[in-house]
Amino acid sequence: MIINKAYAGTLESSDIFVEIEPADEGAGIELKLTSAVYKQFGPQIEEVILETLKANGIEDAKVTANDRGAVDCTIRARVEVAALRAKGEV
Amino acid sequence: MSKLLKDLKEAIRLSGLKDGMTISFHHHLRNGDRTAVMVLEAARELGIKDLNVNISSVFDTHASFIDMIKEGVITGIETDYMGGAVGKAISSGIMEKPVIFRTHGGRPGDIIRGASHIDVAFVAAPTSDAEGNCTGKMGKSACGSLGYAFADAMYADKTVVITDNLIEGILDKPSISGEYVDYVVAVEKIGEPSGIVSGTTKITKDPVGLVIADYAAKAIEASGLLKDGFSFQTGAGGASLAAAKYLKDIMMEKNIKGSFGLGGITSYMVDMLECGCFEKLYDVQCFDLGAVESIRTNPNHIEITAEKYASPWLEENMVNDLDVVILGATEIDTNFNVNVHTDSNGCIMGGSGGHSDTAAGAKIAMIVAPLSRARISIVTDEVLCKSTPGSTVDVLVTQCGIAVNPLRPELSERFKEAGLPVVDIHDLAEKAKRLNGVPLKPQRGDKVVAEVLYRDGTLLDRIYNVID
Repeated sequence: MIINKAYAGTLESSDIFVEIEPADEGAGIELKLTSAVYKQFGPQIEEVILETLKANGIEDAKVTANDRGAVDCTIRARVEVAALRAKGEV
Repeated sequence: MSKLLKDLKEAIRLSGLKDGMTISFHHHLRNGDRTAVMVLEAARELGIKDLNVNISSVFDTHASFIDMIKEGVITGIETDYMGGAVGKAISSGIMEKPVIFRTHGGRPGDIIRGASHIDVAFVAAPTSDAEGNCTGKMGKSACGSLGYAFADAMYADKTVVITDNLIEGILDKPSISGEYVDYVVAVEKIGEPSGIVSGTTKITKDPVGLVIADYAAKAIEASGLLKDGFSFQTGAGGASLAAAKYLKDIMMEKNIKGSFGLGGITSYMVDMLECGCFEKLYDVQCFDLGAVESIRTNPNHIEITAEKYASPWLEENMVNDLDVVILGATEIDTNFNVNVHTDSNGCIMGGSGGHSDTAAGAKIAMIVAPLSRARISIVTDEVLCKSTPGSTVDVLVTQCGIAVNPLRPELSERFKEAGLPVVDIHDLAEKAKRLNGVPLKPQRGDKVVAEVLYRDGTLLDRIYNVID
């Protein structure tokens, strides 16, 4: 699958900014997460991002996420939009 | 003999300041204060170390305290509030002795009853004469009230006034009388005006904050206390100010004449005074330019000492006469205990100020807070630090409803009769958990970095170091 560099979200409080960049086939997902609530929710946020990428068919990509305290449904929405944009579907 | 000395070092020498002593400062210059750092740098240059610093609040302008702690110039801090910059360093465990947190009422109370001795007090005075008669109402560094500095000036062994506006002759109507002052030093500037007072503090535009403010004002109206003679204090946070604005509208509409507004004073309280909502403002600290201008010109806007404001040892203190106080919280638990000392990582970034004093004194202590801020639940099962005991907190107002302390069933009834959304605080905590998920507990060390004293001097809680 060809993916383009794409992003979604903002750096406002309670939002998350997600950027997806292409990676070599078979490279898997390389996720870099920074979060205002990393100590409280770091592993949970990573899990939600990885699940949402998988559900949207993104298998190889560099993903950078800058979280400002978004709840899970916001994270899913931002990741999904970034994925759709990366695939050129929106 | 003249009290006027040539510089700070001479004042420090003559004051007899030695290693191990306690020096004090007040915080009316807020984040613009230069005095505390200036004095400590002079003391360091004189080779003095092991100082215990009793300062009514620590702001980020005092960040060089961190180096002075590491160098051993400062070995103890006693304060009512500590901002994030120094708070983070203290939370990492850089100081051997725990910080002592008091309240704005407990601090002067302890100074006056001798539980907290000050060797040398340094008073930053925006205007002074050569005898040390001084005021905060005039001068290029005008800050308004000097309420927190009175006990220091009156009860310290030696008192040094530092001013950047030394006037000729005798100052008319001083705040602090020169009879308490031993030495006077003129310096170029005691503070940065931009940090001393903010411009006009803005009411929140955040829709969540406005819903909270609306509920808060309606709850006060329904409480039965909003009638002629009503007395009130509010914080300077966006939602608290918005609540004051809505309350003003109700008071104007119903032509209610309150008795007084209290506390740290903002332009919004000044506006309420000028509109006749209150007869008087009693002011321990000015938050903005409008408040400074008002205390200088309006005889009904009256400076009071921190002791008169909130000391639990003074029976006729002002907080005991309060009907309603609106307060903020970084966390509140299902027993209504409030944390205003630490963030959600357990890192110091605040303090009581007058929080627990007003909560204890007022007939209704109302906390206004959103259910969560950036995924951090404000309503929790247990606060990380108990700053204000739940037994003194009556009402929590969130955008998802109003929770009433079970100790106040009559309030709950009144709110329900008025059609307000009364909810159980446990349901709010559950709702926050459903929305945000369950957070991992912050990593806490075993070193006590601060002790939180209640207003009567008893130990309320301990704050431990934070592991990164």
